[in-house]
Amino acid sequence: MVKVPVQFTLNGSEKAELIDSGATLLHALRDKIGDTSPKGGCHQGTCGACSVIIDGELRLSCLTLAETCNGAVIRTTAGLAEGGVLHPLQRAFLDAFATQCGFCTPGMIMAAKVLLDRTPNPSREEVVEALSGNICRCTGYEPIIQAVLTAARANSQNVA
Amino acid sequence: MELRKSYFADQRKDGLHEIGQGRPRLDSPGHVTGKTAYFADRNFPGMLHLKMVRSPHHHARIRSIDISEAEKHPGVMKILTARDVPHNVYTILILIQIGPEDETVLADGKVRWKGEAVVAVLAETERAAQEAAAKVKVDYEVLPAVFDMEEALKPGAPLVNEYHGQNHYLYDSGECRKVRFGDVEAGFAEADHILEQTYQSSPIEHAPTETTGCVVAPEGNDRFTCYTNTQAMFFTLDNASIILQMPGSKLHFVGGTVGGGFGGKVDVIVEPIAILGAKFTGRPVCFIYSREEEMQISSPRAAEKVVIKDGVMKDGRIVARKVTGYTDAGAYSRHSPYGAQKGAAHYPGPYTIPNVWIDTYCVYTNRTPSSAMRGFGVTIGDFALEVQMDKLARLIGMDPLEFRFINAYRDGDMKAHRQPTEGAALIECMQEASRAANWPVAEKYMAMSSYRKGG
Ligand code: FES
Ligand code: FES
Repeated sequence: MVKVPVQFTLNGSEKAELIDSGATLLHALRDKIGDTSPKGGCHQGTCGACSVIIDGELRLSCLTLAETCNGAVIRTTAGLAEGGVLHPLQRAFLDAFATQCGFCTPGMIMAAKVLLDRTPNPSREEVVEALSGNICRCTGYEPIIQAVLTAARANSQNVA
Repeated sequence: MELRKSYFADQRKDGLHEIGQGRPRLDSPGHVTGKTAYFADRNFPGMLHLKMVRSPHHHARIRSIDISEAEKHPGVMKILTARDVPHNVYTILILIQIGPEDETVLADGKVRWKGEAVVAVLAETERAAQEAAAKVKVDYEVLPAVFDMEEALKPGAPLVNEYHGQNHYLYDSGECRKVRFGDVEAGFAEADHILEQTYQSSPIEHAPTETTGCVVAPEGNDRFTCYTNTQAMFFTLDNASIILQMPGSKLHFVGGTVGGGFGGKVDVIVEPIAILGAKFTGRPVCFIYSREEEMQISSPRAAEKVVIKDGVMKDGRIVARKVTGYTDAGAYSRHSPYGAQKGAAHYPGPYTIPNVWIDTYCVYTNRTPSSAMRGFGVTIGDFALEVQMDKLARLIGMDPLEFRFINAYRDGDMKAHRQPTEGAALIECMQEASRAANWPVAEKYMAMSSYRKGG
């Protein structure tokens, strides 16, 4: 198997790995680097559990080849809390009972973060649209949507 | 939400302070930070991957299995067949004396459903395991199959599962679970109207976001740690111990975090064979269903068929109910005999009916084995019963909620299972529901109580 060197920034720290050519970013993050916050639910781009942020864009790490991520800046849910303080989205998911089994949660939070980074005050429809690629089988979407709206409000109050 | 303290004041303990309070889930901080460890988040150096060779046929005799080409595939470490499994024929509920053992861990001589596990391939990578699995040659003689429960019960139908000897589970009460109360035919004779309807459901897949699987790590000294997303830890531990003929002290199971289950992860399918693979190779083993397998192979909620015949009076009293229920177990029992039995207990509904006759069958067909799922055995039944209740109300021109007040069981009523009703509170629930839904009912129903003395 051909190995390729891959370098990227993950949640602020430099990573350099030798990866099998053709391996997914999901595999690289979970099995090589040990960041297991992105989850593999389908490995075919339909569930959103593996969502990460690459250079500011929401991406499915199960459909992204690791070798295409050279020089990229990658964010995952594991790196969202700063200095032990939960991100407003994490706080809101916690408070709003928006996690049940939690398997979809890291992907949901990534999708919500990309939305809030671009649209700090989204409408309910915009939240629904932004989360539409992420499947949750347990919680029901309403608490999740409410959590994102709550986090957006908390954000705008901080800014104000 | 307001806590109504007036109901059952003499029966209820006061000093409840949890109801109506929000409480954070204990595991939520792990979920929102991505730190919660699911079984697949455990990674061990040198871990092997297990892939199954599965039956492409619904029913077939296995003439021969040839693993010689697959064994030569680069990366393959071990290939397991039925003869490698110490106690290959098992059934989950044998732990509570429900038998016979009727399911093979790896098919032996026959396959009884499309997707049944035949051969397990252990290889260095998932890809190698998959490629090698494709090289296993199984020679099948295809047999006639049966997919419909009523067809399966007919004389001369293909026999699905030899361990049962007939296409239904044999209860100690006979070919089905039975309830007999009063005289149902006399009830129908006196009824003003009779309504017989058939209700039918399809199998339903649980579709958990995390697929079923486990990771096994050998600990040396012939001990194994199994990280699993089972929903039934001790069923799994004890059945693994039987299948592997290993004392439970050699098996260490770590679970607790399940990425969605809904009942679909109570079967004991992945753990024993993965532990066996680890035992043969001395290496850690990961066996995880692909999404495709999860949808096609994991047990669904059973398909059910329910025939309900009710006799009702013009004044709204149901005087007779006859129900025949069929639960499609698929090729193996798993939890289905229990599901069908629950149905028998459930079909009188929360109603007081003087004449009841119920038969529920657990039927074997060449379909994917069904098993537990959220109220299995009663959920489809409830759907059927309540649709039937609405139809009965319409038949006699009565409001469907008022119709239920007339038939609701109340404290002291004898249920069809000859157990007096206690603490029913159904009337009170319906009164609250009528208020909450703005569905008014006549004053006399709002004045009723589950205590008979209250009217
Ligand atoms: S695992 Fe990537 S979308 Fe499901
Ligand atoms: S909480 Fe289980 S999948 Fe969303």
